[in-house]
Amino acid sequence: MSRLGHFRRVWSRLMDLYDEFFYVRYRSAVKRAHDDAEDLFLLLVFSELYGIPNPVSYYTLELLPHLHERFHEWHRRMGMERSPLEGIRCC
Amino acid sequence: MNAIVLVLIGFLMFYLGYRYYSTLIAERIFRLDPNYVTPAHRYFDGVDYVPTNKHVLWGHHFSSIAGASPILGPAIAMFWGWLPGFLWVVLGTVFAAGVHDFGTLVLSNRHKGQSIGTITTKILGPRAKTMFLLIILFLILMVNAVFAWIIANLFINFPGSVLPIFIEIPLAVLIGLWVYKRRGRLLVPSLIALAIMYAFIWVGYKVPIDVRGWVGQDNAFVFWIVVLMVYGLISSVLPVWVLLQPRDYINSHQLFLGLIVLYLGLFILQPDVTAPAVNTNLPEGSPPLFPLLFITIACGAISGFHGLVASGTSSKQLDKETDARYVGYFGAIGEGALGLLSVIACATAFATLDDWQAHYATFQKAGDGALSAFVLGASQLAEAVGIPRDIGAIFISVLIISFAATSLDTSFRLLRYILVELGNDYKIRLLQNGNVAATVGVLVSLYLVFSTDGGKGIGSGGYVFWPLFGTTNQLLAGLSLLVITVWLKRLGRNYLPTLVPMVFVFAMTLWAMVLNIQTYFAQNKVLLYTIGSAIFVLALWMILEAVNAFRKQHTPPGDHTASL
Repeated sequence: MSRLGHFRRVWSRLMDLYDEFFYVRYRSAVKRAHDDAEDLFLLLVFSELYGIPNPVSYYTLELLPHLHERFHEWHRRMGMERSPLEGIRCC
Repeated sequence: MNAIVLVLIGFLMFYLGYRYYSTLIAERIFRLDPNYVTPAHRYFDGVDYVPTNKHVLWGHHFSSIAGASPILGPAIAMFWGWLPGFLWVVLGTVFAAGVHDFGTLVLSNRHKGQSIGTITTKILGPRAKTMFLLIILFLILMVNAVFAWIIANLFINFPGSVLPIFIEIPLAVLIGLWVYKRRGRLLVPSLIALAIMYAFIWVGYKVPIDVRGWVGQDNAFVFWIVVLMVYGLISSVLPVWVLLQPRDYINSHQLFLGLIVLYLGLFILQPDVTAPAVNTNLPEGSPPLFPLLFITIACGAISGFHGLVASGTSSKQLDKETDARYVGYFGAIGEGALGLLSVIACATAFATLDDWQAHYATFQKAGDGALSAFVLGASQLAEAVGIPRDIGAIFISVLIISFAATSLDTSFRLLRYILVELGNDYKIRLLQNGNVAATVGVLVSLYLVFSTDGGKGIGSGGYVFWPLFGTTNQLLAGLSLLVITVWLKRLGRNYLPTLVPMVFVFAMTLWAMVLNIQTYFAQNKVLLYTIGSAIFVLALWMILEAVNAFRKQHTPPGDHTASL
């Protein structure tokens, strides 16, 4: 391996350790917060899947402006250049 | 005498302690096994149990235990002269703190990475759990009162520190968002954050925020305490990644940078020690060196809080059992180095012995002026590295406030957890709600810090609670050492290295508590007397439970890995 490649590997390893120092103390608390969001998401997805009406669906329209940007990021990640939904023209 | 001599002796003792004493304990007493499958591997879940590089883990452990108290304790204890504080910091770190932190880490490692509270419950019985929680609850309430008092004091005396401390909050939030929302890397934003924060030291120097001009001298304390409590309430219920974690992270950088700058300054400046080795000129009615020195310097020599960190998070992340010596013992040495710096800064802060004596004339003055003595001494050391004296004073006060503020953040959060746990145990529905628990915790802390029981007017609560903080903290350390001793006895090992510091810490703490309670009773300080007595009774009860457990020969349930 070239000297530059070796240096890059060492540098990347050092940066990983450095980042780890940031995460190590709070890993579990951050994971818990993430899991809470994930659990809520799954609950909504499963209730939709099994046809259980969402009790707050009437109010979800109000969430659209807040979700707008995330929706845009989502459809780009999914490989769609433009918004696939008529109702949301984000780009 | 040149202060370098003290540093060299201290560092030599730390080196010998780490190189020989900790090795002896690791090999002969704990018999660390490099092939033992640690809980991090055995129960790996990618969240709590994760094998971690030992240098990273040491950084986590050290920055979690280092707070404002290894600075403040030695600065107050300077009242008895530099020698008692120096000896207790150095010998206490080598023979008590190192063994305690290392021991709790190993004990927890051999008990599935459980916390010292849970292990105590197993070894001493279920009654011990509530007592343990109550002692921790008292300790945390003291931390809130004492640290809020420290920060308010520093904001008033060093108004230049207000802006750099408050700019840290949006910087921390930005780093949190950058890392968790944008998945960015850390090096560049952390360097930028530190640079902005230190630039604001200069801004703070130019634009000091002195609230005395707005709300008056007397109300300044009230103002800052209320601001801190509201901040504590908000930060304790926010997700950790938003504020607490990135703030801790910025402070960890400050801790390492501060230690490097000050020790470097010490070697360049080589100041003379102007304080007397032993202060023989104590005024009538001063508190005696024995036992009060040993509760005045809590962190920096030995601290129960360290056991909570060692068994709470560090033990779940040990990659190899043999890493425990480096993480636990060397972590305590890092804390000792901070305590040593405080001793030296306060011993060299004053130009002459007369100046020193004027500053440390009475124990009360020592308590009031401890922080300014440290800031004065440390800013002289910073000046040697090229930081102007006035800006250096703000740099040091920002350092202390940052440490105290992260301890405050963490203790508010812990307070909420403990109140919720007590609410669950005793079916108190109201306390089971996290927001209610956080509010109750803040209100009680507010009451304590505003307590005028010390006779020094509003805002003196933190100062009068310092001895109770010291005793409760040492008590917790004694209890952890006791649990380790009982465990070693059951394994048929030599338990003297933990028994001796345990007996010493208990003896000094209980003796100091008796003296304190007598004083509070004589001075009719009802609140202090009540809390002090409650802690004393809990301590005696725990010791009786422990003596009982010490006599039993059985291996506790669930302890299947203990004798491996």
